[in-house]
Amino acid sequence: MFSLQGITNGIEKWLHNNMSANMALLVECAIVIFLAISLFAILGLILVLMERKVAAHMQIRLGPNRVGPFGMLQTTADTLKLLLKEGLTPDGADKFLFNLAPFVIMIVAMLILAPIAFATGFQIWDLNIGVLYVTAISSISVIAILMAGWASNNKYSMLGAMRSGAQIVSYELSAGLSIISIVVLTGSLQISEIIESQRNGWWLFKGHIPAVIAFVIFIIAVTAETNRAPFDLAEAESELTAGFHTEYSGMRFALFFLAEYINIFIVCAIGATLFLGGWMPLHIGSWQGFNHIMDFIPSSVWFFGKTFLLIFLIMWFRWTFPRLRVDQLLSLEWKYLLPISMFNLLLMTVVAIMGWHF
Amino acid sequence: MYTETEIIKDNIKAGSETDLIINIGPQHPATHGVLHLIVTLDGETIKKIEPHLGYIHRSIEKMCESLSYRQFIYVTSRMDYLSSHINNYACAMCVEKGLQVEIPRRAQFIRVLMSELTRIASHELWWGAMAMDLGAFTPFFYAFRERETINDIMEETCGARLTMNYMVPGGVMYDIHPNFQKRVKDFIQLFKSKIHEYDELVTGNIIFQNRMKGVGYISEEDAISYGCTGPVARGSGVHCDIRKLYPYELYNEVEFDEILETGGDSFARYLVRVKEMHQSIRIIEQLIDNIPEGDFQAKTKAVLKLPKGEFYTRAETARGELGVYIVSEGGATPYRIKFRSPGFSNLSALEHMAKGSKIGDLMATMGTLDLVIPDIDR
Amino acid sequence: MFLKEYIKDVYSGVKSLLIGMRRTGKYFITPREIITEQYPEFRAQLSERFRGEVVMPHDEKNEHACTGCTACELACPNGTIKIITKFDIQPDGKKKKAIDTFIYHLELCTMCNLCIVACPTDAIKMAQNFEHSVFDRNTLTKKLNNPGSKIREGIE
Repeated sequence: MFSLQGITNGIEKWLHNNMSANMALLVECAIVIFLAISLFAILGLILVLMERKVAAHMQIRLGPNRVGPFGMLQTTADTLKLLLKEGLTPDGADKFLFNLAPFVIMIVAMLILAPIAFATGFQIWDLNIGVLYVTAISSISVIAILMAGWASNNKYSMLGAMRSGAQIVSYELSAGLSIISIVVLTGSLQISEIIESQRNGWWLFKGHIPAVIAFVIFIIAVTAETNRAPFDLAEAESELTAGFHTEYSGMRFALFFLAEYINIFIVCAIGATLFLGGWMPLHIGSWQGFNHIMDFIPSSVWFFGKTFLLIFLIMWFRWTFPRLRVDQLLSLEWKYLLPISMFNLLLMTVVAIMGWHF
Repeated sequence: MYTETEIIKDNIKAGSETDLIINIGPQHPATHGVLHLIVTLDGETIKKIEPHLGYIHRSIEKMCESLSYRQFIYVTSRMDYLSSHINNYACAMCVEKGLQVEIPRRAQFIRVLMSELTRIASHELWWGAMAMDLGAFTPFFYAFRERETINDIMEETCGARLTMNYMVPGGVMYDIHPNFQKRVKDFIQLFKSKIHEYDELVTGNIIFQNRMKGVGYISEEDAISYGCTGPVARGSGVHCDIRKLYPYELYNEVEFDEILETGGDSFARYLVRVKEMHQSIRIIEQLIDNIPEGDFQAKTKAVLKLPKGEFYTRAETARGELGVYIVSEGGATPYRIKFRSPGFSNLSALEHMAKGSKIGDLMATMGTLDLVIPDIDR
Repeated sequence: MFLKEYIKDVYSGVKSLLIGMRRTGKYFITPREIITEQYPEFRAQLSERFRGEVVMPHDEKNEHACTGCTACELACPNGTIKIITKFDIQPDGKKKKAIDTFIYHLELCTMCNLCIVACPTDAIKMAQNFEHSVFDRNTLTKKLNNPGSKIREGIE
């Protein structure tokens, strides 16, 4: 059976047999960096194409269909165009911060990649506070957006950045609380253990109604955290033209654009890990035959399948709903999501203590 | 000369140091044209709005003075290009008033049918564009699907999709296409089968309702004193439909309701337009099967000369009251033409509506005003 | 009581959002509803009344119906049409007015159809061509009468 774990173990064994331990670690690092960067590039291309296709079909259009079969090379062509474009820096901008911001946002996205388990035993760094690490690092992305908005010396950019600051900081609360409610059930912050605890069923199904509520709140909160419609106030095309990246062009704009999609992938991967069992196949109780067939599907397919399902859900939101106003955005968080998720956490704790979950 | 920079400097002087002055337009995704708003902000809250006009001024009124009474009608299509039919209609009626010609009944039927189709097309586009102002892109395409059907009907009968120039003094340019009635009925079928999607996607949506309700309020008295007309005034409960107040041609024979909402906010204006589409369908349904036989154009002279005097007509376009005022010296060209365009007066109420609300509300309010910038600037 | 209202609010709000999502989701899974046309392969069939460009039809003997009366030139609001006339010497020795060149500025034309209506002999008509993009704007100034063409017999 195809397994990524076999490949990684094989490579590690070969490296350790042929060179010293430190050298092997260095080579492994290089391989990981290469893989992470190529994953970014490929994900960016796929997700942008996917977004355009999903949008087109919801809008009774066909979407890109000219470059390559079914328009599959469209995003590649767009990337080439962006690479060739001039990256302007406005005259009154703070040059250092203006140029730094796109890289900060990319680095943040890359850092969150570390604890994500892509398949059985295929994980960059299985640290024991994985979930905490993710929530901590993801809150840094607001700094990059504020940096971009402030350094652009543009009023639209600044308004967008300030909006996004208020938005990301408040929505992190309910995203964190819904993550904690799963941690309460699992009793561990380690990603691999959280996945392992779902061997006999996903938390979304095992955790009764509190888990479903936590899942819904998590999806809403991460949509807001990644600045996606209906919470795209930081960009708010019809209000602030392009929000915090109004002044960016060329490859620096592309980095922001890419980071948005990578962030979506990451939060959906976290969601899939916490609620849908990560790379765990779907098992139903005592149906041995069914479970056996499900086991036959490679774990990486399970992981990416679940993640892309969640990504599709978030895209579906974007192409259906109008945008919220800035005060409504905050009242949704503070008046609805936060009280509900706090109450939900309490409920979840009761469920966990009484052992009512399956 | 009072230049733009001076205005901005004055604004800076007038405001406090914490004010943020932002230029929305002339190129901005939400203004749907080259409208320029100088907005003074306190954080996100709007303190002052100053519209700046003239970016698309083509001096249509002056141009009309050098064109004959047959020629000037086509120019008016370029004012409110979304209800160009009704613009042409108003102008043709004004010339007919001066010439005192009787319009054949068939021509009247065709004119009213075309006007109502144009009104639906205009409201469809407004619906999609307004949803886009609020950040929902998908409704735009659904609205265009229906609007495209109307455009196809127009193309078949009038020969053009947007600037038809189908109305001429004395009637219409040529007879309706043989397929016209069938295609209009097909359109009505399509419209009725799709209209519930509008409510599902936008009207009932909780986010949309929160964005619209209580936003951009204007009272009945204020709407009158700002000179608002059309759906903007009717959203505040002002009884101002020219088709009911001063019915021209067939409008006193057909049955339809003047939509009045008393909310005065953006949501009321939204409802007025959506319900007006249904009323237009109602008018079309009454007329489409009963188009009488006869001429489509009255006999007129080759060169039209209006008698010396002043002539004024008005018509209800998709945006409100359009007034056409012609001063004739007895020659083949008008001495002076003045258009009272609905968009201009509606825009003047924008500051009153949006003051004290957020930037997002400004876009919602501007969306429900349904501004067409060439109509404001002419 | 407050709690009941609160839950009701949340419920109706979520329901309205789900109704909207059902609509877009439905279109997502029914590709036959797609209305876009593939342009270069599929060119729209325009109706015979569509106004794309003024043309002067010539018959197989290279004859047209234009008498050079300049009614269209007078009817045009934009100065799109310019007619240069000449005098033909007829076989019986009489001089007859005829067109030398019928100049049509497509770049100025607004397709208002007034020239077609004004023409007493139906010498010009509207073509259904809509792809007018060119690289040189001079090519938009057209000469409508074919070289060597003459007026059809019997048209006054």
